[in-house]
Amino acid sequence: MELSRLQQKAENQWHIAPYGKMRVPAIIYASAALIRDMDDKVYEQVTNVAKLPGIVKASYAMPDAHWGYGFPIGGVAAFDAAKGGVISAGGVGFDISCGVRTLHTGLTLDQIEPVKERLADALFTKIPAGFGSTGKLSLNEKEMQAMLTGGAKWAVGLGYGGREDLQRVEEDGCIPGAVPDEVSERAKKRQRDEMGTLGSGNHYLEIQHVRRIFDATIAAAFGISQGDIVVSIHCGSRGLGHQIGTEFLTRMVAAAPTYGIELPDRELACAPIDSALGQAYLGAMRAAVNCALANRQIITHLVRQAIHDVIPRAELPLLYDVSHNTCKVEEHMVGDRKMELFVHRKGATRAFGPGHPALPESLREIGQPVLIGGTMGTASYILAGTHEGMKLSFGSACHGAGRSMSRHQALRQWRGREIIDDLARHGVLVRSRSLRGVAEEAPGAYKDVSAVVDAADQAGLARTVARLEPVICLKG
Amino acid sequence: MCDTSWQHFPHGADMGVRGIGKSKAAAFEQAALALTALVSDPRSVRADILVKLECQAPDDELLLVEWLNGIIYEMATRKMLFARFAVAIDGNRLNGMAWGETIDLSRHDAAVEPKGATCTSLEVCQEESGCWRAQCIIDV
Repeated sequence: MELSRLQQKAENQWHIAPYGKMRVPAIIYASAALIRDMDDKVYEQVTNVAKLPGIVKASYAMPDAHWGYGFPIGGVAAFDAAKGGVISAGGVGFDISCGVRTLHTGLTLDQIEPVKERLADALFTKIPAGFGSTGKLSLNEKEMQAMLTGGAKWAVGLGYGGREDLQRVEEDGCIPGAVPDEVSERAKKRQRDEMGTLGSGNHYLEIQHVRRIFDATIAAAFGISQGDIVVSIHCGSRGLGHQIGTEFLTRMVAAAPTYGIELPDRELACAPIDSALGQAYLGAMRAAVNCALANRQIITHLVRQAIHDVIPRAELPLLYDVSHNTCKVEEHMVGDRKMELFVHRKGATRAFGPGHPALPESLREIGQPVLIGGTMGTASYILAGTHEGMKLSFGSACHGAGRSMSRHQALRQWRGREIIDDLARHGVLVRSRSLRGVAEEAPGAYKDVSAVVDAADQAGLARTVARLEPVICLKG
Repeated sequence: MCDTSWQHFPHGADMGVRGIGKSKAAAFEQAALALTALVSDPRSVRADILVKLECQAPDDELLLVEWLNGIIYEMATRKMLFARFAVAIDGNRLNGMAWGETIDLSRHDAAVEPKGATCTSLEVCQEESGCWRAQCIIDV
């Protein structure tokens, strides 16, 4: 993207003043170098979002923004229902409530080194991953309804983890307002055997080493120290979320003219929040959020079992669980007015600052943990939400590295076996059922996650707390 | 001269599928083969089991999205891969047949799970050469 198309307001803040049918400005938070590497599609998409009815303040792109569906991946936009605001299936994405959760282990790197191979194999055996994988649970209709309404709370009720886990999950593990009846039979059928599965593509499970602490006070409050081992899980609502996204996208495309909505791009398909279709999508989307939270909770339980089989003394409390493909109803200050807004985050992480009432008491003073996924060869990061971020981006930050190269290009450039061998030489064990999948996810196919995190920190969206480096990586 | 074929084309995070054929139906069949090839080499898939699909949409482009989403649904719920397709299009309705087999990880290097067909880079058109082209990006 050409920098000359943007107006620089701060070192990592760039504006596009409204033009044409834009109702609000577009704002990109990134360094000049990251913006130069961004696809022009990000410019097109972030300005298209600014044209949607009822948008408030601005259409935002996070430092990891890249070409998405309607919204850029790394896009944030809030809508006011009272002003004809919309809800967009593309603005949430196909993998509804995809997210990251991180667990403590109480272990250090030197304690797992001697059992690393066994640990990798135990996790690979225990956690279903990849195309066609199924979980041990098969849900009947009644169980499906309960899961879609109850989320992680439902899973805990079945013995997958403990109640203390729920305090460390957004929405306390269960988003209210889910309407399972708005979820099609096809979506439910697609999910029936997929509970507790990781998926494929960029989803992963990693054992990570806390390599560096940037903010000792916040790190201590989060319970992490240099040298610690943590577990991070990246996955979402599996087949159910994909099916809901697919079905509502086509319904919203067809219905847009009846609502008088002119779509600059069909992927921006949306419906007024207060319309029957908008409400139906909200009910179904929230059910998918609960599905994702339940899925990560079940995987957490499997991780605990696998690690206990190898290291019985390990304790694995939950640090936090974030979702980065959502639309949530939140209160935000707009000028001097408190407003209830429908905040879309597509490939963007909620990053609430200190004092926010949605945070559990144990984290409220410090701010929300913001979990940023990296690649299997580089690093992931833990950040913390800030007061400033609440004003800059409705309390949102980046979600990962973001691809710099298509899967197509990656397949031409790398072989899966070479990547696995190379990472092993650098101390990272990779377990995957697909060598091709590993090649598509080559670390070199992603942007520099450190540059993304630095930009988020310097822009004020969130504060960098710790750098995590992979030790074991399971790919779907 | 129309060379019936399928291709992949790049997208930032995902993959594009493109089918080319002498007719719209043939282009849809080829796009479906390209979809299989996102997961595994279609030549490694046996055409043993027949699955029938039906769909409809207000225009050709959304019909392609419905067709590919129908296949993704069958792949996901039956845990199958498909090697051969036959499509008949009558106005806004499509009747399709897909032949394939249950996935066998010892023979299929299943790279990704397709999540859904999207409206991005979505085109169904007849080119000047007379060939039909049907394409879109698949979220994986």
